[in-house]
Amino acid sequence: MDIQLNGKAFQTDPEIRLNLLLESLKLDPQQVVVELNGSVLTIDQFSATTLAHGDIVEIVQFVGGG
Amino acid sequence: MQVFLNEREITVPTGTTLKQLSSQQKADADLIILNGFPSNADPPLNESDRIVLIKRGEIPAPEELEALMMSRHTPGVHEKVRNSSVGIAGAGGLGSSIALALARIGVGRLIVVDFDLVEPSNLNRQQYFIDQIGQPKVEALRDNLLRTNPLVKVQAIHDRVTAGNIKHLFGTVDVLAEAFDAADQKSMLVSGFLSQCPGMPLVAASGIAGFGPANEIRTEKVTKQLYIVGDGCSAAQPGQGLMAPRVGIAAGHQANAILRLLLGKEPA
Repeated sequence: MDIQLNGKAFQTDPEIRLNLLLESLKLDPQQVVVELNGSVLTIDQFSATTLAHGDIVEIVQFVGGG
Repeated sequence: MQVFLNEREITVPTGTTLKQLSSQQKADADLIILNGFPSNADPPLNESDRIVLIKRGEIPAPEELEALMMSRHTPGVHEKVRNSSVGIAGAGGLGSSIALALARIGVGRLIVVDFDLVEPSNLNRQQYFIDQIGQPKVEALRDNLLRTNPLVKVQAIHDRVTAGNIKHLFGTVDVLAEAFDAADQKSMLVSGFLSQCPGMPLVAASGIAGFGPANEIRTEKVTKQLYIVGDGCSAAQPGQGLMAPRVGIAAGHQANAILRLLLGKEPA
């Protein structure tokens, strides 16, 4: 299945859940911000969110320090 | 002809020069600022010019303090900034420096939230003093901000920001600064604020540790509400600390991005 990830074409398993996409990208769900088709999701929504063909996903990973 | 002397509108005869006005209004002034820039010349004044007359070393009267403090601002900025409200989540290296910069430029209201106390390891980068060790950071910061600019309204909230209180704490600000230390707290705040306060801008930071090149710190627009400052990768971790120069650069980026948003300009 094709999605757009951070502005680029990206292939995933069909109907992949967001938490599994993060796992496949080796991203800690506690340290990211995810925007799906223009709406920001919170961590409690990740495992209940199934991606669809053509979805536009932005993922920002934070590193510590402040 | 109308001009502004110390932010007060006055009428002067057409053709009046800067030095004529200065000698009439404050003969002992030794610093003359015309439209945001010090002047030693004697140009004829123009309609709507802004003139500030200062005698060095003199503590100004309360009613004149604001005009004198803001006299080096770009003209026209102060009204907008004074009517603005900025939230700062975290009062550590980023938050204390962002708050100080915004207080200096006269942002009207600052809401600063942090649960922590000042301790010695903070002092290599955070805007606190030895005699403030042990105080809640937000209280020490409020004191320091009010010493810097007593005209700023500071709401100092000694509490932990959670997904459940973000909207209550920051729902009325014009811009929010994310200034936490831990990556999961940054993520929680940014996700929570952007989902609970749609349309409101947020300036966050990621990748500010160490002493890598200053020029790698950037301000980037990530989504239509979210701006992130940093190099994106320099994490605070064993072997890489946090120090005043680079944290200060990032805080300066954040404060300038916030100022630009308050003035209706894109930060990046």
